[in-house]
Amino acid sequence: MRNLFLFLVKNYYFFLFLFLESIAILLLVRNNSFQRASFINSSNAISGRVYETWSGFTDYLHLRQSNELLAKENADLRNKLKTSLVDYTIRPVQVNDTVFKQKYFFISAKVVNNSVDRQTNYLTLNRGANQGVKRLMGVICGDGVVGIVQEVSDNFCTVRSVLHRRVNVPAMLKKYGENSMVSWDGRDQTIGRMERVPSQLKIVKGDTVITSPYSTIFPEGIMIGTVEEITAEQGKTFNDLTVRYSTPFSKLSYVYIVNNIFQEEQTKLEEETLSKDKPQ
Amino acid sequence: MIGTIAQNVIRFIVLVLFQVLILDHIGLGGYLNPFLYVLFILMLPFETPEWLVLLLGFVLGLTVDMFTDTLGMHTASSVLLAYLRKYILRLIAPRDGYETSFKPTFRQMGFNWFLAYAAILVFAHHFALFYIEIFRLSDFFFTFVKVVFSSVFTLVLIFITQFLFQAPRER
Repeated sequence: MRNLFLFLVKNYYFFLFLFLESIAILLLVRNNSFQRASFINSSNAISGRVYETWSGFTDYLHLRQSNELLAKENADLRNKLKTSLVDYTIRPVQVNDTVFKQKYFFISAKVVNNSVDRQTNYLTLNRGANQGVKRLMGVICGDGVVGIVQEVSDNFCTVRSVLHRRVNVPAMLKKYGENSMVSWDGRDQTIGRMERVPSQLKIVKGDTVITSPYSTIFPEGIMIGTVEEITAEQGKTFNDLTVRYSTPFSKLSYVYIVNNIFQEEQTKLEEETLSKDKPQ
Repeated sequence: MIGTIAQNVIRFIVLVLFQVLILDHIGLGGYLNPFLYVLFILMLPFETPEWLVLLLGFVLGLTVDMFTDTLGMHTASSVLLAYLRKYILRLIAPRDGYETSFKPTFRQMGFNWFLAYAAILVFAHHFALFYIEIFRLSDFFFTFVKVVFSSVFTLVLIFITQFLFQAPRER
C-alpha cells in the first residue's frame, strides 16, 4: 500500500495528465453521441453574450449584403403571394386550406456565431426557449436549408449546420420527385452528396434538389442546391450525385427557425408503430 | 509575482477572444485553421509548477471548446500540449539550464531554440486536434496536409505576435 502510494506520488505528473485527458475524452465521446445536459456550449450565458456583442460590431460590415439579401427575399415572397392568389381563383378546392390548421410557424433569428471550416459546424442564433425554440426544429434561410436546432438556452440556441458529418437532409429531385438523402463529407463547404439515385433517371447538371415531404423537420420544397456532378458507373442501378448547396453558409446573417406544429405527434406515432412491430 | 499572474490572465483572455472571434472565422480554403491560443501555454514562465501547466492546459482547452461547441476536442489536445511541454523543455535545454529571469520567447532564448520549442509542440497539438476532429484514418493524407499547413500558419502567427508584443532585451 505504501509502495503504491509512493509510486503514485512519484509519478503524479503522468497520472494527473491521464486524469485530465480521460475527462477530455469522456466529454468528447459523450458530446458526440448526444450533446445534451451540458452547459459548456456556445449557447450558454458567457459565450452567447460575447458572440452577440461581437456580432453587434461585425454586422455593420455586412449591412450591404444583408440588405441585398433581404430585398431579394422580399421580391421572392411577393412573387409567391401573387401566384398563390392565382391558385386560389383557379382551384377553389384549395380555399379549404383556410379551415385546416397551420402546419408551419416561422421564427426569424439572427446568426450571432457561425462556423464552416470544421468537420462539425455549428451556428448560434439569438433565439431560445423564451421565444419558443425547441430542439430539432429546422433552420432555413431565403436561399435554402441551414441546419437543425441542437441546444436551446433561454435566449440562444445552437444549430447543427447542414455542414456537419452527422446531418442528413431528406431530399428529392424536383424534376422526378425521387427521394434520397443529402449529406456532407467534410471537405468542401459548398458541395454535398446525394446517394443512391436510380440510374435510369436522366439527370443533368443544374437540376434542382429540394427537401422531400418525408422530413418532419423541414417543410417540403425548400431549396437545397443544384446537381453539380453525376458519378455514373456502368451497370450500377444507383448513382451518386454531388450537389452544390444554394445556401451561402459562410455569409449567413438572418435565418428562419421552422416550427412544425405536428412534428411531435408524427414522430410519436411513428415510434409507437415501430415499437409494436417487434415480433411477439 | 502578482505582475506575472496578471500578465498571464490578460494573455489568456486576449488569446482566447482573438481565437474564437477572429481566427476561427478567417477560413482560408479549409486547409488553414490556425490555433494561436496555444501560445498561452508556450509562454508560461519556466518556473511554473508542472501540475499548474497541466491544469491551465485543461482550462484553456475547455474555454475554447465552450466557444466553438467542440466539447473535449481542444481540451484533449491542449492537455497533451501541456504534458509534452515539460519533456520538450528538458530535451532542448541549454547547457547551463534555464535562467529563471528569462521567458520562453525568441527574443530571449534565441530564434533556433524557440523555433524548435514552438514547432514541436504546435505540431503535436495540431496533429492531435485534427485527427480527433475527423476521428477516422480514411482521410489520412488530407488531414495530414491540414495539420502541416495549419501548424506552419500558427507558427508564423506566434512569431508575429511575439515580434509585436515582446520588447527586445537589452544586454
